[in-house]
Amino acid sequence: MSMHQLCLLIVLAPLFAAVVTGLAGRYVGRAGSHWLCSGGVAISFAASGWILKQMVDGAPIFTETVYTWAVSDGIRMEVGFLIDNLSALMMTVVSFVSLVVHIYTIGYMRDDPGYQRFFAYISLFTFAMLMLVMSNNFLQLFFGWEAVGLVSYLLIGFWFKRPTAIFANLKAFIVNRIGDFGFIMGIAGIVYYTGSLNYLEVFARMPDTLGLDMFLTPGEPSKPITVICVSLFLGAMGKSAQMPLHVWLPDSMEGPTPISALIHAATMVTAGIFMVARMSPLFELSKDALHFMVVIGATTALFMGFLGVVNNDIKRVIAYSTLSQLGYMTVALGAGAYSAGIFHLMTHAFFKALLFLAAGSVIIAMHHEQDMRRMGGLRRYMPITYWTCLIGALALIGFPGFSGFFSKDIIIEAVMRSDIEGARFAYWCVLLGVFVTALYSFRLIFMTFHGRERMDEHTREHLHESPWVVTLPLIALAIPSVFIGWLTVGPIMFGNFLTGSISQGGHIPALMVGEEFHGPAEFIAQAFASRTLYFAFAGVFAAWYLYLKRPDLPEAISKRYARTYRLLVNKYYFDWFNENVVAVGIRSFGTGLWKHGDETAIDGVLVNGTARAIGVIAALVRRVQTGYLYHYAFAMIIGLSLLLGWMLLKS
Amino acid sequence: MLVTILFYAFSAVLVGAALGVILSRNPVHSVLYLVLCFFNAAVLWLLIEAEFLALVLVLVYVGAVMVLFLFVVMMLDINIEKLREGFARNAPLGVLIALIVIVELYYVLWVRHLGIDVTGGTAPLPENYSNTAQIGAVLYTEYVYPFQLAAVVLLIAIIAAIALTMRKRPGQKVQDIAHQVSVRAKDRVRIVKMPVERDP
Amino acid sequence: MITLTHYLMLAGILFAIAVAGIFLNRKNVILLLMCIELMLLAVNFNFVAFSRFRGLLDGQIFVFFILTVAAAEAAIGLAILVVLFRQRQSINVEELDEMKG
Repeated sequence: MSMHQLCLLIVLAPLFAAVVTGLAGRYVGRAGSHWLCSGGVAISFAASGWILKQMVDGAPIFTETVYTWAVSDGIRMEVGFLIDNLSALMMTVVSFVSLVVHIYTIGYMRDDPGYQRFFAYISLFTFAMLMLVMSNNFLQLFFGWEAVGLVSYLLIGFWFKRPTAIFANLKAFIVNRIGDFGFIMGIAGIVYYTGSLNYLEVFARMPDTLGLDMFLTPGEPSKPITVICVSLFLGAMGKSAQMPLHVWLPDSMEGPTPISALIHAATMVTAGIFMVARMSPLFELSKDALHFMVVIGATTALFMGFLGVVNNDIKRVIAYSTLSQLGYMTVALGAGAYSAGIFHLMTHAFFKALLFLAAGSVIIAMHHEQDMRRMGGLRRYMPITYWTCLIGALALIGFPGFSGFFSKDIIIEAVMRSDIEGARFAYWCVLLGVFVTALYSFRLIFMTFHGRERMDEHTREHLHESPWVVTLPLIALAIPSVFIGWLTVGPIMFGNFLTGSISQGGHIPALMVGEEFHGPAEFIAQAFASRTLYFAFAGVFAAWYLYLKRPDLPEAISKRYARTYRLLVNKYYFDWFNENVVAVGIRSFGTGLWKHGDETAIDGVLVNGTARAIGVIAALVRRVQTGYLYHYAFAMIIGLSLLLGWMLLKS
Repeated sequence: MLVTILFYAFSAVLVGAALGVILSRNPVHSVLYLVLCFFNAAVLWLLIEAEFLALVLVLVYVGAVMVLFLFVVMMLDINIEKLREGFARNAPLGVLIALIVIVELYYVLWVRHLGIDVTGGTAPLPENYSNTAQIGAVLYTEYVYPFQLAAVVLLIAIIAAIALTMRKRPGQKVQDIAHQVSVRAKDRVRIVKMPVERDP
Repeated sequence: MITLTHYLMLAGILFAIAVAGIFLNRKNVILLLMCIELMLLAVNFNFVAFSRFRGLLDGQIFVFFILTVAAAEAAIGLAILVVLFRQRQSINVEELDEMKG
């Protein structure tokens, strides 16, 4: 099978499954829909794995345009695929996580009336995400971008009869849109300055624009590349939930757990990271954009972590963890270590999806109870869930040997050595972030699985391990969470796996640790000499102390530092600001335009006003018609004499 | 020389009579002043050797149209006192406009001639020139169609005048032929079947 | 000597007087009709003068027709006047304003 056919198969199999399940769900039936959709995604996964293997074996980069949609003014709008190591990696990760989630959903959504609809949506999502990562031009990227946003909206609001779900899905969509505005501006800038939408052409032509000036504000020139990169990153901020556009991600937990795992941990939110890595040749040209990214990423990484410590909903804690880890990825990208960002993306996809699915398993067992204060001691009842969740948490905090350890440590090293402005600030943020991450992760573990059992008697009687359709995916995700770091750190980070795809910029001195890299085992040994590991252990210890040894302490601390506590519980008042200032402002602006602009000015003055003016003028002119013949005759004579006079005086 | 004097004299009377038409209090006086206007106009036309028209003016215009005017004026019972109100109020504006028209005409005719040779006199006429014969010669050859149309116009005037003013006298019985002819038998005769009456 | 200008001037004066008469007259419809006759007379003067001073007979023919039409129009005008009088018992021009806008 040629590459061309493989690509089409990868993309169209989930699409076909989604369309059939979506439109003919009633005829296909529940069993039919889950076989069809899982089958479609399995085909995608198999094909992606095959492509990845070919790439690892040294196949050349494949880029081809499948269909030309339109050509306008020299700009070609096409559907095309670019398969290189980066996209092969992403495809495999996406399709694997999607397959796992499909199987998980068979168990999780068993009693839900919208079973087929859910499968159609997640298959559709897989299609859109694959289109996004496989594209070779900005238009298709944008199509995939918007499509995943749309499916995210549909899925967050899956239980659409719940008002909170509807609030959340609209919030997600709107905040995403704000980022997309920047994204479109960026694409427009690219089209304007390079005249093309195709990645390879843009990368080739962009260095020529470095000498140009752009005037966003009168009098002060900016470099076009900076403006374009910052605009593109705005899109990534919306999609990957960086501050201040992070507000939608916690609310998106209103959707069912499988999609929290699929979309809001592993794939959609990583689209922004992927996009920046893909555009690394562009970002390399603008130090200011990288500086911006580093600062935003570091702030997100640290401050979102704090919020995870005070939240009591199991899913929301994991959501804040996702936000924090996305911050890590952004910091890596901003520091110029694009490969590190992608590496962390990959490992994070596995262990975060694992954590979400484990949380889902707990939620099923607890009859859809999500508050951790009412859990406790679950490890006796759900061993598989407990062990897989523990593996995920260890990977998350960067326990030596697990996958997260490799990716996180590399990021911290890269930031330490980077010469981008703001890297010092970022270094302290990510370092402190390690402590906070360990704190909230093990807080979650201890509160849920250890300690005193705080649930009510009825629920406790019904506690049991989840069915195999739920636990199998957990195991399937736990395995990479442990091993993938060890196996791939060499080729990805220090080999040239991603050389052809991502620019290895000059901001990290000479592939830094490449000179000192002697294999993963060495790497682990070296970790004991760095600060990071001790921060992590300190976090675990603190969590143990606060939630197992002295469970009364958290309460006391929150009372003592009441103001800080309130700030954290209110999520830094971002939501309050958005709801009461931004939304109210925009709505009153709209109302103002409606009442004064439309009703008064346009309807009143222009439309009705002209009618009334005509009436007034007509009433005045009417007085000339007196009805008296001699007035008319006299008017004629006056006119005649005036005309005569004018003619005489003129010539 | 004589012509000039005559011209000025008759023109003066003409203008005076015209003023008399509009300034008279009595409508009958106005009509009579108008008659005087026409007579003077006829004389002026004679001075210019347009005899036919001069005589036609007197015969037709004065003799028929003015007489018609007099008839109507006398026939209508007009209240004279009411006729004079409001005159003084509008006089200035009307006089002003009239003066403006006259001044402009003077300007056009005497000062700037618009390319017409107005200073020459009348061309001399041949020996046995007869204005009437000449008019007749042109009228019945070149202008015969307009002539016939003029006749039609007069016919229309007659019909219109009669149609407007004729009214039916009350109590007069007249036959409506069209109505009589369109009668149908069954509107007049009704057949009734009756049984034969028996002798007792 | 008497030139074309004199006759034209005279006609103009007559016309102006007639117009003033139309405007100044508020009370009498008959006066209106008479002023119209005066205006027609002025126009006739013009035609005759031009005809004579230019040597063409067309002007006089036209006067002929104008006379005809003026007579017809006077007749009809007076008929209308009579009917108006029958309806309103008055010939006050100021009462004829039903075409007012």
